[in-house]
Amino acid sequence: MSTVKLTVNGKAVAVDVEDRTLLVQLLRDHLNLTGTHVGCDTSQCGACVVHMDGKAVKSCTMLAGQADGANVTTIEGIAKGDELHPMQAAFRDNHGLQCGYCTPGMIMSAIDIVHRHGGQLDEPTVRQELEGNICRCTGYHNIVKAVLDAAGRMKVSQAAE
Amino acid sequence: MYQTTYHRASSVDEAAALFAKGSEAKFLAGGQTLLPVMKQRLASPSDVIDLGRIKELIGIEASGDTLSVKAATPHYEVATSDAVKKAIPALAYLASLIGDPAVRYRGTIGGSLANNDPAADYPAATLALGATIKTNKRSIAADDYFKGLFTTALEDGEIITAVSFPVPAKAGYAKFPHPASRFALTAVFVAQMKSGEIRAAATGASQSGVMRVPAIEAALKANWSPTAIDGVNISASNLLADIHGSAEYRANLIKVMAQRAVTAAG
Repeated sequence: MSTVKLTVNGKAVAVDVEDRTLLVQLLRDHLNLTGTHVGCDTSQCGACVVHMDGKAVKSCTMLAGQADGANVTTIEGIAKGDELHPMQAAFRDNHGLQCGYCTPGMIMSAIDIVHRHGGQLDEPTVRQELEGNICRCTGYHNIVKAVLDAAGRMKVSQAAE
Repeated sequence: MYQTTYHRASSVDEAAALFAKGSEAKFLAGGQTLLPVMKQRLASPSDVIDLGRIKELIGIEASGDTLSVKAATPHYEVATSDAVKKAIPALAYLASLIGDPAVRYRGTIGGSLANNDPAADYPAATLALGATIKTNKRSIAADDYFKGLFTTALEDGEIITAVSFPVPAKAGYAKFPHPASRFALTAVFVAQMKSGEIRAAATGASQSGVMRVPAIEAALKANWSPTAIDGVNISASNLLADIHGSAEYRANLIKVMAQRAVTAAG
């Protein structure tokens, strides 16, 4: 057992876990943040993507101990109170989900994509960049539309800040 | 995953000492291979020694005719580094093709080379550029480093600290990725060194892992152009054959990828 100390969605936490505990297990089983999903459990599907120190990582492919001292943001941490994050709003407006299982990971990866590419995003880039996130319902079409829509909204909201 | 004990090392020396103390220890860099293997219970190290936060193992340095990438530098940093793009753009391009964006934030060059997956990308650049693998004990030439599937010249407990790439006159990489895994079904890295030496290496193709391709090198030595490879005959013996492609298919892919790599190199 080890005590892992990290910041999750702005809140400092210290959790006693077995050393073999994965970051996703710490989030879901110990902090009850069940918005982060486990899909394939083999690093392929991206349902478990969270941000660690601002970068999108697969939380099923990290030990909790590797996140010691890190700043982690999950899907629960991106809205401002009742106001959805622009990426969440764009997924809703563009019907970018059906069953919703992959959606938390899609949204966390998509925010990272917009951060890296800024206003330079086009459809082929979004499709290429989503290669680590698998959706079995939508055929991706509305997801791609949502990411492009959100890229515009995030640019506007950054400019306003 | 079986029980294990996690250690975060703060220096290479501390990591080596922790390894020596463990009964069956393993080093963890980005964990993008080791952790999935542990989850499948195909590996059960007594101790996992995390190298990922060791400052002396992270960074990229370009000096004159050498580009040095420290071992725990993630693929994302190599793919986006101005120093790499300037010195060896083909290496930055190669790093941008590994796995997916989340994997590229975590996976490292040292981890890739220590694992030596027969379809990994970095071994192709390392062998084709004749790089030097620096460890906490010695320097190993790429030609002496790769020893077959998942096998290298590294000794038990030896830690890669950096990879030193000679800057070539020109180089190119072309990859035919498996559409699901993004591993190379076959990929070829070609390099024209400043000495005039021509080197080419293929990954994903051979049963014994990354390999030089002498026939391609000879053709390019005579004439550095994609058409020079038209008449080259690549033997299918000792090439991988599986559900994704026969040995003959991969033999042809070596030619096609080499031609595209030369085109990319210019």
